[in-house]
Formats: sequence, C-alpha cells, structure tokens
Amino acid sequence: MADLTGVAGVLAADPEQLLPARQMMAFTLGFHIILVPFGVAFTAMMLIANWRGLRRDDEAALVLARRWSQVAGVLFAVGAVSGTVLSFELGLLWPGLMGRFGAAFGIPFAVEGLFFFLEAVFVAIYIYGWRRMRPWPHFWTGVPVVLSGIGGTSAVVAANAWMNQPDGFTLDDEGQVVDVRPLDVVFNDAFGYEAVHMLLAAYMVAGFTIAGVYAVGMLRGRRDRLHRLGLVIPLTVAAIATPVQVLVGDIAAREVFENEPAKFAMIEALPETGTRVPEVLGGVLVDGEVRYGIGIPLGASLLAGLDPDTEIQGLDAIPEEYRPADRLVNTVHIAFQVMVGIGMVLLALSAWYAWLWWRRRRQPDRVPDNRWFLRCVALSGVLAIIALEAGWVVTEVGRQPWIVVGYLRTAEAVTTTGNVWLFCGATVALYAALALGTFFVLRLLRHRWREAGELAEDDDPGGEGDVPYGPSRARSGTPA
Amino acid sequence: MSTVAAVVLFTGVIAYAVLGGADYGAGFWDLTAGGAQRGRRPRHLVDESLAPVWEANHVWLVFCLVMLWTGFPAAFAAIMTTLYVPLGLAALGIVLRGAGFAFRKVMVRTDQQRVTGAAFALSSVVVPYFLGAVAGGIASGRVPPGGQGDPLTSWVNPTSVLGGVLAVLVCAYTAAVFLTAEARRHEDADLEAWFRRRSLATAVVTGAVALAGLFVLRADAPRLLDGLLSRALPLVVLSGVCGLTALLLLRRAAPRVVQILAVGAVAAVVGGWGVAQYPDLLGTHTTIAEAAAPAPTLWALTIVAAAALAIVVPAMALLFVLAQRGSLDTSH
Ligand code: HDD
Ligand code: HEM
Ligand code: HEM
Repeated sequence: MADLTGVAGVLAADPEQLLPARQMMAFTLGFHIILVPFGVAFTAMMLIANWRGLRRDDEAALVLARRWSQVAGVLFAVGAVSGTVLSFELGLLWPGLMGRFGAAFGIPFAVEGLFFFLEAVFVAIYIYGWRRMRPWPHFWTGVPVVLSGIGGTSAVVAANAWMNQPDGFTLDDEGQVVDVRPLDVVFNDAFGYEAVHMLLAAYMVAGFTIAGVYAVGMLRGRRDRLHRLGLVIPLTVAAIATPVQVLVGDIAAREVFENEPAKFAMIEALPETGTRVPEVLGGVLVDGEVRYGIGIPLGASLLAGLDPDTEIQGLDAIPEEYRPADRLVNTVHIAFQVMVGIGMVLLALSAWYAWLWWRRRRQPDRVPDNRWFLRCVALSGVLAIIALEAGWVVTEVGRQPWIVVGYLRTAEAVTTTGNVWLFCGATVALYAALALGTFFVLRLLRHRWREAGELAEDDDPGGEGDVPYGPSRARSGTPA
Repeated sequence: MSTVAAVVLFTGVIAYAVLGGADYGAGFWDLTAGGAQRGRRPRHLVDESLAPVWEANHVWLVFCLVMLWTGFPAAFAAIMTTLYVPLGLAALGIVLRGAGFAFRKVMVRTDQQRVTGAAFALSSVVVPYFLGAVAGGIASGRVPPGGQGDPLTSWVNPTSVLGGVLAVLVCAYTAAVFLTAEARRHEDADLEAWFRRRSLATAVVTGAVALAGLFVLRADAPRLLDGLLSRALPLVVLSGVCGLTALLLLRRAAPRVVQILAVGAVAAVVGGWGVAQYPDLLGTHTTIAEAAAPAPTLWALTIVAAAALAIVVPAMALLFVLAQRGSLDTSH
C-alpha cells in the first residue's frame, strides 16, 4: 500500500506521527477489507449451495456448503481480529478525531457492534451445527449471518460516509460537539450509495475469487460436479452484481461531483475549472499540467452533468491552504481509473458468461468449460480485489487533507505521543504472519479435501476429519 | 442520562470480564497443561468448549470500546493517548490469540499445532495482564483529563501490577470452574478432577492476592480503596461470599451452581470497581457527567444497548444452550 497513500503529500510541517499513522491505518484497513467480502458475501453463496442441496437433494451442493463454511470460519476469525485492531487504532492513532467527534462518528459503530454480535453468534451455530442439527433449522441459522453481514457493512460504511459528508451535529463556539442528531449522522448524504457500492463490491470480490479457485481446478482437469457447481454459484452471483455495480458507481461519481467537488477534481486530475472538460484517460499531473494522458473530448462534463456545458471545478477552486499535493491527486486519479477499468473488464466477463450460458441452453450441462473463459475467471478475483482497494484509495486519499471534510484536518487528528513507526512495524510483521498462516491453513484444507475426493465425506472415521470449524467427525452418536 | 450510559458501559466491561475472561483463562490452562502428550486432553477440552463461543465473547470488547468512544469521547482520547503502550500490545496480542486458536484447530501435525497453540496460549495470558494494568492505571487516576499522561508509570505502577495479576488470576479461576463443569458434562472424571484442583488453587491464590491488594491500594490508590470499603462494600462482600461458597461447593454441588457463583464473584468485584469510583470516570477525577457526549448520543447508545438486550442476549443464550446441549459439534 505504501506508494498508494501519497507519501509525498505529507508536508514537512505536518506532525511527525502523521506519516506512520496513515501508513498503518491504510495498511490495516486494506488488509481487513479483503476479508470482509468473505464474511459478508461468501456466506450468502454458502447458503445458496446449502439451499440447493436441501431442495434438490443435491449431495455435491451440500458438500460445497460444508466446505465453504469451514473456509468462511477461518476467514471470519481473521476478519474479526483484524477488525478489533482497527477499533483500537481509531483511538491510538486518531485521538483528535475520536475525542472531538466520537459523539457523532461513534454512533454508526455502536449499531455495527449489534450486528457483529449477531453475526458472531450465528456463524458459530451454523458452522458447528452441521452434524447435530436438523437440516432446515440449520439452514435458517445461516440467514441471520447474511443479514447481519449486510447490516454491519452498512453501519461501518455509514461512519466512513459521515467523514466524507458530515451531518447531524452542531458545534459551539469552541468547536465542541453540543448537539447530535443520530439519524442524520447515520443517514448522511453519502451513506446510500457508499453502502450499496460496498456491498456489491463484497459480492463481486467473494464471487469472482471463489469462482476463480474452481476455474483453476477445472483448468487442471478436475471437472467433476463439485467443481462445476463451485464455479457456477459464485460466478452467477458476481455476474449479476457487476452491471448493477457499474451503475451504482456512476451514481456515486455524480454524487461526488455535486457534494465533494475537491475529491472530484482529484479524480479527474483537473487543474482548472471549466466547461466542456475532456475525460483524461491515464496521465499524471506535473506542475499543474496533465501529461501523458489521452483526452476524450467533452467526456468528463458529459459524465458528470450529462451536458457538455457542465462546469467542473478544478483544483484551482480549492483554497490554496487545503489544496492537495500533486502526488495525492495522481494517486486518486490513477486509483479511480484502475477501479473503473476493472469494472468494465469484469462487466465484459459477466456478459461473456451470460452469452456462454445462453448458447449452451440446449446442452445437458450448461456450465461453460471454454479454456479461455476459465482463464479469465481465474484472474477475475484478483482484479475485483484490486478494484476494491482502489475504490477505497479514491475515497480516503481523495478526502485529504481532511479527516472530516470541512471540520477537521487529518494532521490535527493524529496522535502526538509514542512512536508510531515501531507500532506500525510490529503490526506489519504480525499481519504478514497472519496472512501466511491463513494461506497455509487454507492450503491444508484444500489438500485434505482433494484426498477426500468429490463426494466422500471429509470426515470418514480414521480419515482426515480434523477441521477447524464445522463439519468434523462426530465422536459419538449419530446426527440428531 | 450520562449515568445510564455509564451503567451500560460498565455492564459491557463486566460481560467481557466474565465471558472474555473465561476465554483467556482457558488459554492460561492451555499454556500450563504440560507437554504434548500430557496436555492433550485438557487442551482438547479447551478447544472444544472455546471454539463456538470465543468470537461472540470477544465482541464485548469491541462493544466496550465503542461505548466509550461514543459516549465519553474525551475520556476515550485521554485513555488512548496515555495508555497506548499496553493497549497497543493488547491489540496485537488479540490478533495473535484469535488467529493462533483458529489456525490450531485446522492443524493436525503436532509441530504445527505447537507453534499456533503457543501463540494462542501465550497471548491469552499477556492480553489480560495488559488490560488489567490499563484498568489499574485508570482506577488509580493516572490518566489526566486531557490525556497525554506518563506513558510508562501510567501502567507500570503498583495498582496496575495488581490489576494485571488479578486479571490473569481471575481469568484462570473462571475458566477452571467453567472447564470443570464442561468436563463433567463430558463425563470425564479425570479431567474434572484435574480442573477442579486448579479451580481450588487459583481461588485460593486469587483471594490471597486480592487481600494483599488492599494494602497496595492503601498506599497507591487510597481513594479507590475508600470507595471499595464504603460505597462498594456490599459488592466486595458479595464477591467474597460468592467466591468462598463456590470453593466450598466445588466438590459437592452441581457444576451449574458453582459456575453461577463464580460468575457472581467476578461480576461483583468488577462492578465494585465501578461503584467505588462513581461518580468519577477516570479514577479520581473527570466525572461521568463531565466526560459524557451530548444527550441525544447517549440516548442513541442506550437504545442500541436495549436492542442488544432484546436481540443479542437471546441469540447468545441460544448459542450457549446449543453448545451445552451438545447440538454443536466441535470435536476433533
Ligand atoms: C469490486 C469493486 C468495485 C468496482 C468494480 C467499482 N467500484 Fe467504485 N468503489 C469501490 C469498489 C468498486 C469501493 C467499495 O472500494 C468504494 C470505496 C468507498 C465506497 O463506497 O466504495 C468505491 C468508491 C467509489 C467512488 C468514491 C465514492 C466516495 O468517495 O464517496 C466512486 C466515485 C466510484 N467508486 C465510482 C465507480 C465507478 C464509476 C465504477 C464503474 C465501473 C466503479 N466505481 C466500480
Ligand atoms: C468504513 C470504514 C472506514 C473508516 C471509518 C476509515 C477511516 C479512516 C481514517 C480515520 C483514516 C485516517 C485519516 C485520513 O487519512 O483521513 C483513514 C485513512 C485511510 N484509509 Fe480509511 N476508513 C475506512 C475504510 C477504508 C478501507 C476499507 C480502506 C481500504 C483500502 C481504506 C483506506 C485508507 C487509506 C489508504 C487511508 C490513508 C489516506 C491517506 O493517508 O492519504 N479505508 N481511513
Ligand atoms: C468498509 C469498511 C468495513 C467493512 C465493510 C467491515 C465489515 C466487517 C465485517 C463483515 C466483519 C465481520 C468479520 C468478517 O466477516 O470477516 C468485520 C469485523 C470487524 N470490523 Fe470491520 N469492516 C470495515 C471497516 C472497519 C473499521 C473501519 C473498523 C473499526 C474501526 C472495523 C471494526 C471491526 C471490528 C471491531 C470487527 C470484529 C468484530 C467481531 O469481533 O466479530 N471494521 N468488519
């Protein structure tokens, strides 16, 4: 993440803790956000498999659901601990933000806490309930997991949206928060599109990533039903989410244009205010001029206002003291293009999938097995993750120099005590171990399943039944 | 209104002390269970009883943090800018612990289990120590209202050491009692005796440390001691009574009864801390009312807490009931 955060944008006059604090926040958030889709959206796919298994008496779908629940269990644990670190960090790194605005900013987090409780409780019941609960009640214990995932995500994103478009509080002459309107805080102007955009992103990331895993398996010759189902379920979900996501992204961009002109100027890397502004693809801002880009005449004005005469405020409209450095502008500009570019590529992939599906409508098995298609699916997960990270960079770096737009600068919010570099270094080392551990554990599971074969119970007595969460060898008795 | 929010916050602290405490304590017994062969069965029990509940128990910590930063933002900032060393270390310890535990359950080879298990068990002891030390620092008034207190002496001081040691011991005690009951449920008499002996030992040691602690507090945090021996006295006595009865009944009564008594002992002593320093939030200064967020925020928090009571508590109860009834299969 290091070069994505626009290091050079930190001026010499900034407090010395600012740089490490930002690096650390960006790193830990960037890590946490990759796990989120698996807690939020992967669980929904697992339930779809479970539903299908029960409805159609489809053994392969049930095996998939059980295996997925184990993977979700591991990722959920890593997501939970990395999220806890974030809670500490908000105080450890940004006491100026929490001390001054906690009364407003904190409210969505309180709501989030509620959903996390529900999620943690029902995840545990679902994961461990496979053997001893009756099938349908067991299925229904999974539903609150999906719902609380949606609720929890909306709540955290509300907090983030509030930082972009703060609302719902009154300041007194000393700048203290004296009155709070909780509903306005949560349902701020940026909340709606940010929450939906994030949720769709979660479904895309989880869908394309999981489908990619099975696509790789199919490319290596494992074309059994398990692999086909494992490809189709997540890929279908992701392919439905993608076109909607592009539309929502478009709405988001227009909202940003109207409510956060400074961020929009950074997105477009637009030095000067004007009408009939071209959309610049690629390109970097150097000394107030965009170089090496390809301009599409009138593009930006058309996209922002559906009218070539739409005026777009440039960086020059930002008061000098708040104007972000070129490096930050370029970071946002490029991140935005990466996100949109990937969105378009994934849109094309989704269309391809729909077409293949339609073309095979008369064949007994409609799962596409075109090698080039599978290769693209294999890559799609990584692309979706990159788009997710890029989108967050647009939101967060695009807000600079503000932490709460118009009210508090990031430099005023940062801690002044301690040695953040040390803390940051320790965290990076620990997370590296965490990532390695997760990778290793998931590989272990895959290996175990491969030995177990397609439909064999992964828990045959004497076999490798030792699994983290969930379906594991019953020590005694039969399922209830 | 601010008192209501403070009560909600402290209820969260108590819940975390009891439920999270039992989790950490289980890690303590894991750590001290001996070599791979000897420690296999106790570790197995720890694994099984912890697996379905640890994440839910752990959310209480998040709940406390959120309540604090939303309901009492300035106090939160003051605590964070003063006690950042133990808090930062605790945060890292929590990562190590959760991940170590989750990973260990997947591993089959002993050497792999050993690494992840060690991470889990070691951090299970270190984290409660730091959190206890933080509590000691706050209770003895070492967090100035504006924050930026001494980064070292705020948590390296007699009350903090006492808090840390007590936290580790109390966790170990609660866990031993819970695991005794768990072993009984599994009809494993050996293991039951194993954990019962440990419940007894930790109960005695915890009691002794708590008594010695009174002298530490007299020298280091007289105001806290004052509060404990006046306003909070009923709770302190209740805690002692529960603890002692639990000890006496350990052999005879139903494990459920002993569990409840142990929970009562821990809850009463933590609640006693809160009552003792009332109406102050940061130990000896900054009253709850001074530190509180505007009323609508406190209302919002209270409503969320009420919703939690209505939704989360039944859900948690369901989880615990299913786990106790054996509907959740966590065995290897
Ligand atoms: C799979 C991931 C993904 C994809 C394909 C897209 N986005 Fe996105 N985008 C995100 C994932 C994302 C996100 C989840 O990372 C963000 C960060 C904050 C948010 O609300 O969503 C985001 C933010 C974000 C913002 C900033 C919002 C703000 O700061 O308030 C804009 C303007 C867009 N997006 C626009 C688009 C457009 C026009 C897309 C068209 C293709 C697009 N996004 C595809
Ligand atoms: C709802 C959730 C989020 C909240 C409340 C949040 C909050 C914050 C805060 C307080 C900061 C530090 C101050 C600042 O630089 O403005 C920050 C910075 C940052 N965050 Fe977020 N964030 C959220 C989500 C994310 C996610 C998911 C990512 C994923 C990549 C992310 C990426 C970043 C980056 C890159 C920075 C550094 C910006 C810079 O220094 O220029 N954020 N965020
Ligand atoms: C867009 C940003 C974010 C989203 C969508 C999100 C969502 C989630 C989800 C779904 C989980 C459950 C664990 C999992 O499924 O892996 C989780 C865990 C957690 N997150 Fe985040 N998160 C975001 C950012 C943040 C931020 C900024 C914070 C805190 C400041 C945070 C704090 C936590 C905490 C404390 C947990 C652990 C809860 C538990 O114990 O179960 N998250 N997050």
